[in-house]
Amino acid sequence: MMVIRRFEEEAARNYAKGKIGGFLHLYIGQEAIAVAAAEVLEDRDYIFQTYRDHGIALARGMAANVAMAELFGKDTGCSRGFGGSMHLFDVERGFLGGWAIVGGHLALAAGTAFKSKYAGEDRVTICFFGEGSTNIGGFHEAMSLAGLWKLPVVFVCENNQYAMGTPLERTSPLKDLSIKAKGYGMPGDRFEGHDVAVVQERLAKAVDRARSGGGPTFVEIQTYRFRGHSMSDPAKYRSRTELEQRKQQDPIVVVREKLMGLGIDENSLDDIDIEVDEEIDAAVRFADESAPALEDVMMSTVLAREDGA
Amino acid sequence: MREIRYREALREAMFEEMERDESVFLMGEEVGHYQGAYKVSEGLLEKYGERRVIDTPIAEAGFAGVGIGAAMVGLRPIIEFMTWNFSFVAFDQIISNAAKVHQMSAGKIQVPIVFRGPNGAAKQVASQHSHSVAPFYTHIPGLHVIQPSTPRDAKGLLKSAIRSNNPVIFLEGETLYGVKGEVPDEGVDELIPIGESRLARAGADCTIVTWGRPYYTVLAAAEKLAAEGIECEVIDPRTLRPLDTELMVQSVKKTNRCVVVHEHWPYGGPGAEIVDRLQREAFDHLDAPLERVTGLDVSMPYASNLEDKVLPTEERVIDAVKRVSYAK
Ligand SMILES: Cc1ncc(C[n+]2csc(CCOP(=O)(O)OP(=O)(O)O)c2C)c(N)n1
Ligand SMILES: [Mg+2]
Repeated sequence: MMVIRRFEEEAARNYAKGKIGGFLHLYIGQEAIAVAAAEVLEDRDYIFQTYRDHGIALARGMAANVAMAELFGKDTGCSRGFGGSMHLFDVERGFLGGWAIVGGHLALAAGTAFKSKYAGEDRVTICFFGEGSTNIGGFHEAMSLAGLWKLPVVFVCENNQYAMGTPLERTSPLKDLSIKAKGYGMPGDRFEGHDVAVVQERLAKAVDRARSGGGPTFVEIQTYRFRGHSMSDPAKYRSRTELEQRKQQDPIVVVREKLMGLGIDENSLDDIDIEVDEEIDAAVRFADESAPALEDVMMSTVLAREDGA
Repeated sequence: MREIRYREALREAMFEEMERDESVFLMGEEVGHYQGAYKVSEGLLEKYGERRVIDTPIAEAGFAGVGIGAAMVGLRPIIEFMTWNFSFVAFDQIISNAAKVHQMSAGKIQVPIVFRGPNGAAKQVASQHSHSVAPFYTHIPGLHVIQPSTPRDAKGLLKSAIRSNNPVIFLEGETLYGVKGEVPDEGVDELIPIGESRLARAGADCTIVTWGRPYYTVLAAAEKLAAEGIECEVIDPRTLRPLDTELMVQSVKKTNRCVVVHEHWPYGGPGAEIVDRLQREAFDHLDAPLERVTGLDVSMPYASNLEDKVLPTEERVIDAVKRVSYAK
């Protein structure tokens, strides 16, 4: 969690310096969800996420320097500078991308789950998206097919209360989104996402169900993003008090207090923080010093080669 | 005349048309309370209220269709796509319904609707967010497609689009929103007709046809070429469908050469259409093959060093003009 938090704080600083461009969507405040999911999944499982994808990429094991280099548009980045922040990929670890069209990746997740079923493989797919994405056709069609065909996929709605500047009550007549699950013939679950242990326990149930042939689950996790939608959003649509209140449930503070309550010494937690700081500093140096993205890669990757090479 | 920004010109057009006609309303994501993702609709909600300035959930196919349905029975919707990239989810509504129903109903049903929003690359927003969509929509009979380059054209053409009895695809540019230019004084109701090209710069040596973001690249290149003794005549079609080639043909008859510069990909689209028409309509007057400077034929990379290569540059424009002029 600390790696994700520091990575993103540093990314924001480098965005301000002009080292990172385009859209940068931070996951700060939502980290417990990605960390818990990575804990629950097996190495062979598949993961899809939106453009808000640094958290899950890092939790799944992508090295911070490879992720940072991608944000810097460098050849050493995970997508060799072609994706940027919104399109991290780590195919070796089953992380099949950050996707930037709302609702567009949900059917893809049903598709990888379809492959698991087709080939008789024991691989679960987990797919993350925001609460704002539950109104678009792509959501409904993916849920319909996954429910009908009992595909091994877990749909995780990270309900951070806002879709850009629009609060949930202005985009949905429902308060409880998890009841949507019923309409697609799958179970739904709904819980808060600031305690990593709770998220882990509840996600494990859904993942186990998918793995054991029980079909898909729709999970709504209540969370909150502490920053704006992206770097260009000053988030004027919410009050300071609301934000401060939510920060009381900062997943990092929560886990720290919990660990200390279990008798873990504060100094050893501080040591972790120092280690993480060093890791992230090194990632920024690595990204900064790496060579820029390459033109010949651009020309040769529009299409796959037909000869399999 | 006074100077205002492209964004303000669009906003004024919407204010004036909403004031004039109660059946005009604006619908889209973040157009109201957030004041528009790119602040084009700033102030509209305060003035016209939630009945006429409507924030939608993220459901492009849904609200595009709602707009078309409302237009079929007499309203005049302005549907904002936060960017044109998201219109792909609503493609079926625009193509199968908006563009078709007039003829399908033997002319009994009109669809007076405007779909508008920023089009094309911005800065490093990568492959899913950088589409220059004109080729997709100019392909379709039953649609008008407008892509204004200047604040004056943006305002005058948006007003005409809102008053049109047909579905209009109105392509703005995120990188153009801040551009300043002369626009008629407040109270002057200037309507720029759909389907008329505009002479942007006079010159006797080489014609350049361009629109949208590359318009400014071309004007800068033309100044550099002028310093070297090559005077370019720049023509902005402004409307891409229907396409007015009259000015272009006249110009080519004078300069005997032409370069077409556009952001969209080279395969097909209005760029290729213009070249096709010019070679037929001005064949006897051409001293060199018609050339095009286009966005490169790749998905848009995130890295800025490569993005700069993909988009048309002054250098590529200058090279092309020199090639057709047989100049060094
Ligand atoms: C089809 C489509 N429409 C609009 C957008 C622009 N957009 C990007 S993110 C976003 C809000 C999404 O909110 P939510 O699903 O709640 O996810 P969050 O950003 O809160 O994680 C919007 C409107 C888009 N990317 N794709
Ligand atoms: Mg959200």
